[in-house]
Amino acid sequence: MTAPVERYDRLLHLRRKFYNSVFLVLTGIATLIALTALFLILETLVVKGLAGMDSHVFTMSQPAPDEQGGLLNAIVGSLVMCGFGMVIALVVGILAGTWLAEYGDGTRLAAIVRFLNDILISAPSILIGLFVYQLLVRPFHGFSSLAGGVALSLLAMPVATRATEDIMRLQPYALREAGMALGANRGLVIRAIIWRASTSGLMTGALLSFARISGETAPLLFTSLGNPFLSFSLTQPMAALPTTIFQFAMSAYDDWQRLAWAGALLIAAAVLATNILGRALTRGSMQK
Amino acid sequence: MTFEAPDQDQRTVMIPPPEGDRVIDVHGLDFFYGKNQALYGVELPVARNKVTALIGPSGCGKSTLLRTLNRIYDLYAGQSATGKIMFDGSNILDQGKNSEQLRARIGMVFQRPTPFPMSIYDNIAFGVRLHRSVGKAEMDEIVERSLVRAALWDEVKDKLTTSGLGLSGGQQQRLCVARGIAINPDVLLLDEPASALDPLSTAKLESTLIELKSSITIVIVTHNLQQAARISDYTGFMLLGKMVEFRPSSDAFVSPETKQMQDYITGRFG
Repeated sequence: MTAPVERYDRLLHLRRKFYNSVFLVLTGIATLIALTALFLILETLVVKGLAGMDSHVFTMSQPAPDEQGGLLNAIVGSLVMCGFGMVIALVVGILAGTWLAEYGDGTRLAAIVRFLNDILISAPSILIGLFVYQLLVRPFHGFSSLAGGVALSLLAMPVATRATEDIMRLQPYALREAGMALGANRGLVIRAIIWRASTSGLMTGALLSFARISGETAPLLFTSLGNPFLSFSLTQPMAALPTTIFQFAMSAYDDWQRLAWAGALLIAAAVLATNILGRALTRGSMQK
Repeated sequence: MTFEAPDQDQRTVMIPPPEGDRVIDVHGLDFFYGKNQALYGVELPVARNKVTALIGPSGCGKSTLLRTLNRIYDLYAGQSATGKIMFDGSNILDQGKNSEQLRARIGMVFQRPTPFPMSIYDNIAFGVRLHRSVGKAEMDEIVERSLVRAALWDEVKDKLTTSGLGLSGGQQQRLCVARGIAINPDVLLLDEPASALDPLSTAKLESTLIELKSSITIVIVTHNLQQAARISDYTGFMLLGKMVEFRPSSDAFVSPETKQMQDYITGRFG
């Protein structure tokens, strides 16, 4: 009889188990650190933000120090400029993304456009602010909400372009062929069928780019500047939540600092809500 | 070193319908994907108001042949066809890139159902509106008639405004047939339309096609030999980009002449 072949190396298994637990602990600690930081930020934000929150925040404009006031001018300003920026960004972004996915595909020009667009996605927002400052502020000798909206649109545009291209590429080619086989030309197939099939994805892209620009401060400092009064004029400076937070948080007045926290909470809540909505839409379209 | 095909039977057997009965007549068709040639001098006579089935192993070129008949390959840069595809007195390969009117007359149904992301009603109205303006009453009538002919009306008549994406696979495929016939084509091309369907849906689709034959010419690509035998009047057997044998289906599955087709239908390859 021959000796039984060793099939089970106890030592080897023990060693693997040991390394496995070490690795598990390390990843656990890293996760804990990241989550703790996030939790601390959110906790501070919610506690201090809620302390500064009252009905005046939504009904009154920026106060003089030690007087009652709110953030109405900044909230309205953020909505106006983000809305204006989103309109421009979506029109240009969706059309450019459509060209990249449908018409330019495979051409050299499309490869260049895609590359430049990817660079633009990660461009520092302060550069965008300086660019718009040179383009729309200096020549007209004044800060304006128009310039602010354009700066925000330049930030959202590459995101919208990329999202549009990605979503349209996901649509099956059979769908395009089916439209063409009925005698539709390419443009109509894109507008009536492919865009419609991409609706929820396009909405997600729009929401994510909105979330991206709603907290931007640097480009607005160079363009819309800020305005202590409620304004709807596109040619005048306009307040926005991020710039107002910047101004109030740096100030020495307690009530301004309280308002800054309330504003920060508002932005965080808005970004969180758009992200959740965006994810819900993506899930909805995947289940279809 | 080169290998000779062990089988010396290189004959092409053509028993086509009479010339006067043909609605499409393909002669000497070569097709290229870039530099790769996929079809070699293919002949295909398509008889009016009959079902013509194209069979053969995967990659033999039957889908490619079908896709030349409505020039859907135009969508892709680098694909080209030479030869003659006579339809209504002219060669459709000579007509430039503007194929929208051709596709109104030669419809197509694909392997996987492709309902548009819109209501059942609009799925059908979409194609009709492309080619003429139609009033509400007439459109209602066209939608109903198309769905009835595609044997789908009874299942969807109460939910015409719901999305076409909510139908089952078999219903979606019949919706695509209804959409195709709503614009009154002369010819309907079907590329393995039943391959993604269960047997019951397949049976429904087949009886739909047999009904349609009275007014529409049908060309169908299929991997299912029983299906070809059940519904077709003519059968073309293709191999390696060539039309090997074309004859009436009544004897195609009983007494094929070429060795390749005998081997294929007896299951020796493919």
